[in-house]
Amino acid sequence: MNAATAERAGAAQVPRYRAGQRVRVRKVDAPGHIRTPHYVRGKNGVIERFVGFFKNPEELAYGRSGLPLKALYRVRFVQAHVWPEYAGGAQDTLDIDLYEHWLEPEA
Amino acid sequence: MRAYHDLGGTPAGEIPKDDHELELWEKRIEALLVLLTRKKILRIDENRRGLESLGADAYFAASYAERRMLSISNNLILKGVITVDELASKLADIETRKDVLP
Repeated sequence: MNAATAERAGAAQVPRYRAGQRVRVRKVDAPGHIRTPHYVRGKNGVIERFVGFFKNPEELAYGRSGLPLKALYRVRFVQAHVWPEYAGGAQDTLDIDLYEHWLEPEA
Repeated sequence: MRAYHDLGGTPAGEIPKDDHELELWEKRIEALLVLLTRKKILRIDENRRGLESLGADAYFAASYAERRMLSISNNLILKGVITVDELASKLADIETRKDVLP
């Protein structure tokens, strides 16, 4: 699949989340190649922006096509929530790019 | 469970802040990786998966460049680009050479 075809495949999809929505990172220990750091699993954050549709790196890692494309978001977390012993400011945040299949709406 | 390579948030101790020059062979490993990805033989995602498949002992015993070299070797064998025998005979050949760079 070339870039133009990939773009069209992405255009047919609609991102599930929009900026400002609260989400929770799935707390699972999936086997294989994982692009979601352990420390952020199970944490709550806010969608900062929708970044775009990309081939799934967790599939590309095994030599497969990476299709269907996956929506990627920049998700913002409060540092003090991510790190229980965080000694910095209460307003400090951390942005991480996460794929849609790792996110669920905050309960 | 945290995978052994997923170190974010674990105690790191003192961070060495001195610059260090890369050895020529280390630069060659990087060049090889760039070449393999540009020629679409190996994806960077496959290389990452390779690093995560070395096992904790090999991973932590190896340097950054050594890990990449091991991952590249394993991936190229897996893909049939080189064989185990070819790699072994090349390594044996290098052992006997006098012109090998440090």
